[in-house]
Amino acid sequence: MIEIQNIHKSFDGKQVLHGISATFEQGKTNLIIGASGTGKSVLLKNIVGLIQPDAGSVLYDGRDFTSGDKVLKTDVRREIGMLFQGGALFDSKNVQENVMFPLNVLTKMPKDEKLDRVNTCLAKVGLENVNKKMPSEISGGMKKRVGIARAIVNHSKYLFCDEPNSGLDPQTSIRIDNLIKEITEELNITTVIVTHDMNSVMEIGDYVMFIHQGHKLWEGNNQNIFDCEVKELEDFIFANNLMRAIRDQNRKK
Amino acid sequence: MKSLGKYIIFIATLFVRRESLGTYVRLVFDESVKIGVNSIFIFAIVSSFMGAVTTIQTAYNLISPLIPDYVISLVVRDMTILELAPTIMAIVFAGKVGSNIAGELGTMRITEQIDALEVMGINSTSYLVLPKIIAALFMYPMLVVLAGFLSIYGGYLAGTLTGVITGTEFIYGIRYDFVEYNITFALIKSFVFAFLVASISAYKGFFTEGGALEVGVASTSAVTNSCIAILLADYLLAQLLL
Repeated sequence: MIEIQNIHKSFDGKQVLHGISATFEQGKTNLIIGASGTGKSVLLKNIVGLIQPDAGSVLYDGRDFTSGDKVLKTDVRREIGMLFQGGALFDSKNVQENVMFPLNVLTKMPKDEKLDRVNTCLAKVGLENVNKKMPSEISGGMKKRVGIARAIVNHSKYLFCDEPNSGLDPQTSIRIDNLIKEITEELNITTVIVTHDMNSVMEIGDYVMFIHQGHKLWEGNNQNIFDCEVKELEDFIFANNLMRAIRDQNRKK
Repeated sequence: MKSLGKYIIFIATLFVRRESLGTYVRLVFDESVKIGVNSIFIFAIVSSFMGAVTTIQTAYNLISPLIPDYVISLVVRDMTILELAPTIMAIVFAGKVGSNIAGELGTMRITEQIDALEVMGINSTSYLVLPKIIAALFMYPMLVVLAGFLSIYGGYLAGTLTGVITGTEFIYGIRYDFVEYNITFALIKSFVFAFLVASISAYKGFFTEGGALEVGVASTSAVTNSCIAILLADYLLAQLLL
């Protein structure tokens, strides 16, 4: 479980996050949604420690990640797996080396065992026989799946995904969403996803938090999101024709 | 001053939260190939021609019959050891290796590969930059020795093949009044220049922000700043050590 408490962040005097608090539960897919430029990615970077918040704290199973204890910070970070927007695969390494990388650097596991673990993770994300391919030789969707395999290879307890569907076709998006959901439930990990894709919200939103201009305006799940009475969230949800059509159809019924 | 402070902090972070020694040995080996072995060709070409041109131009300027011919090779030797091999080759090193380091790290930064390392709990500065600096410190002095040898040999070939100087006189001039300390001085300079090029280029690349355009700017800036630092250090070392 991850708890964030009263997170504030500003850049050059401009307040980006205004006291955001939330609890992300274990075994669930927790979504942070909002329009572009509202502070979702900044919040995620605060949670994983890539940016230090100006105020507030982040607790990983009760451990205060923002306390300044470097040993604790390193320990927590080694339990974190993260899927970046573009995959962030290392260009100079092939798929196998990319997935094996956390094991090579962070563990003293025998090579055979590492290879087994890598192949298991690649199989889990539906990638086989691509071990020797370079990142430049695989598609965007495959890169994301390799990124997920790398994120979970070290038996991470916390999985973070920054816009996992960006740049993907609808079918691949759904496949990635379902994969993240499956992994979260199977490994019983805490997953936090930043997205602005409503399909993801509907597919896998066990917990959904809506951010607007750095403020948390709503929290709930994919079941009750249509009942919300927050204008900004309504504008966000019904920005596209498809969602508006579904709403109108439901109203007619 | 702010940049200088940031650079010093950057250098200090190389030595905290390091990974296992085995990890660095492998990385230093890989970087040595990239930084050193892959630079041999350009170093060989540049230094050979530099020596050849220096010989021809020195001969052209020594028109007095009172000056013996062996002075040509003596001048080539001292110029090569004191300046051409360590300093001018450092400029070439900055262009070849410095731009590569800045471009590589800049691309890693904008594609979030450095963030990925940090999230895994790996000190990205130490993991990515320290092996490059160590490899540069190992390889650049060796490249300077190679460049010095090839520069003098290039001078020998140019001098003897054009008839400017005989082989015997050239060898005599090379040996005449040889100061061994000059070699030590050249090696000290090569260590300092290697550190400056690798660390400044890494610094420029590591803190790249933006996109492809900024990576290009970082590479250019890495080479420019490295060249200025080399020339300043060259002057300071000459003042202090000669």
